[in-house]
Amino acid sequence: MDEVFLAVILLVDATIRVATPLVLAAFAALYGERAGVVDIGLEGKMLAGAFFAAAVASSTGNPWLGLLAAVAASVALSLVHGFACITHNGNQVVSGMAINILVAGLAPTLAYAWFHQGGQTPLLPASARLPQIHLPGVEALSPIPIVGPIYREIFDDANVLIWLTVLVVVATQWVLTRTRFGLRLRAVGESPAAVDTAGISVTKLRYQAVIITGVLTGVAGAYLSTAHGAGFVRDMTAGKGYLALAALIFGKWRPWPTLFACLLFAFTDAVQVRLQGVPLPVVGVIPVQFIQMLPYVLTVLLLAGFVGKAVAPKASGIPYVKER
Amino acid sequence: MTKRILAVLANSVLALSMATGAAVLAAPAQGADEFVPAVVFDQGGKFDKSFNEAAYNGAERFKKETGIAYREFEITNESQREQAMRNMARRGASVIAAVGFSQTAAVDKVSREFPNTKFCLIDDKLELPNVQSVTFKEHEGSYLVGMLAAMASKTGKVGFVGGMDIPLIRNFLTGYEQGVKHVKADGEVITNMTGTTPAAWNDPTRGAELAKSQFGRGADIVFAAAGATGLGVLQAAVDSGKLGIGVDSNQNWVHPGHILTSMVKRVDVTVYDCMKTAKDGSWKAGHRVVGLKEEGVGYALDENNRKLVTPDMEKAVEEAKQQIIAGQLQVKPYQP
Repeated sequence: MDEVFLAVILLVDATIRVATPLVLAAFAALYGERAGVVDIGLEGKMLAGAFFAAAVASSTGNPWLGLLAAVAASVALSLVHGFACITHNGNQVVSGMAINILVAGLAPTLAYAWFHQGGQTPLLPASARLPQIHLPGVEALSPIPIVGPIYREIFDDANVLIWLTVLVVVATQWVLTRTRFGLRLRAVGESPAAVDTAGISVTKLRYQAVIITGVLTGVAGAYLSTAHGAGFVRDMTAGKGYLALAALIFGKWRPWPTLFACLLFAFTDAVQVRLQGVPLPVVGVIPVQFIQMLPYVLTVLLLAGFVGKAVAPKASGIPYVKER
Repeated sequence: MTKRILAVLANSVLALSMATGAAVLAAPAQGADEFVPAVVFDQGGKFDKSFNEAAYNGAERFKKETGIAYREFEITNESQREQAMRNMARRGASVIAAVGFSQTAAVDKVSREFPNTKFCLIDDKLELPNVQSVTFKEHEGSYLVGMLAAMASKTGKVGFVGGMDIPLIRNFLTGYEQGVKHVKADGEVITNMTGTTPAAWNDPTRGAELAKSQFGRGADIVFAAAGATGLGVLQAAVDSGKLGIGVDSNQNWVHPGHILTSMVKRVDVTVYDCMKTAKDGSWKAGHRVVGLKEEGVGYALDENNRKLVTPDMEKAVEEAKQQIIAGQLQVKPYQP
């Protein structure tokens, strides 16, 4: 019993670790899309964030400067995206894709030029990585059944960015439903003409949204290279940006369901890792390839069966052209 | 307008990436009698601190000793393999070392087109008149590190994280398992493969997650046979206060005091020999299998892991090593 319980807790812990970058990226896209700017360039921005975080952390030894650099790089790319599709009404998918391709080539090239390690950054020592937060009272609580292990394994020694992500989730829900900015943001994604008629600048609101997208994707990138990992490796985002977009659609562009979708993706991944090579009752050991299919099969099933109709913000992906 | 800007942008990115690729190959064409060795690295890059880096070290050693520069190419996607190799051959490379089993198809094709160019294929075999292929008895080296792992483990459970799920990596696993069982009959090996595509060689985040899951299940030592993914595995071992085992190159120095040992595969010697023999004319085509006996595989012991390996452990492993070399102890490969 105890062993099973501990296994479940460790599973939850792994889920949280894997979900964090997904949640950050999905919420980044949520701000953008609710304001009417589709962002398929999450992947590229995360990768840029991951690279600059690792590069700056490794040359200065300070992970916080790395985090700042990641955010700056990602925001800069967001502004490029904004310039192309808000100011110049360009195609948002094309612009996002361009960012992905650009970064996929640029990051390893810069890494090669700066560090001469074949497109990687050097491995970061513990001091150059974002710290884990040690909570008080772990020993005191440990003997208590259920609460003790949960506190010890899940809450204690979680990375600082995991806590930040929790904050982002709660704040996003509050901002979108309770603040003037949030309501306007949603309005601009549904009916920019109405917002414009009310005398509010559509352009400004959308720029604000893409900047938030940039900040969050930058943090997600920094998490990958300086918190969860220890250094930048070519293509290290491994499709997480696209997965985040899928989670956003799955979550119907709402904060809580999106969070749930990210956790579900991460959970299937964590389970999948643990199922490999473990004999199951009745069926025995399942081949690796089959198990690795699991998250996708589950996604397809859920998307097909349980989500219902996912309706995007009406003006999402459509550039706003003011009437003359 | 914007679309045009983007198109130009995309084009320039493409041009840039091609230019960097081409720059490597753009060494001036040399006379036919000049000796020009070349290396084509596999995905993962020459600084993966593992398999490819071993090949790089071999080539560097050759360069240092002879003063002859070599040409190189790092594969970043599948379609480049054949092109890169053909370019090397066309530009007059005398001998091309193709590092990694995934180059087999490319070598097969290009070596037929250029019968006068010598090819060295590492980790797979081809029967062609101008190809020398070298494979390793990974199971023998893994057997020894499996023994070390079992002796150092306190829980009796040890982990294995493989890269791409292919027979070659299964061969590491089989040897490792036999080594563990040799020491502890009831020892358990928890196994994970990172993936089923070449991307599995380059996913340290996933490697770390796999290692952590194994620690969660009670393993306290993990053997990473996964290229650059292994860096994540070893990092996770350090972060969790466990021990890791490196692969291909001697990786003990990556995290001194946290790497129990490394299962070394002397790809460096192979690449060096390939260039060296091609230079002095003793180069031969054909297939060679190297194991403990030929010192093609082994385990690494240096100042970085000296404290982790006790004299007793060393003695037991050395004994097993001699027995394997003498043929008294049989280590079964994955595919006989």
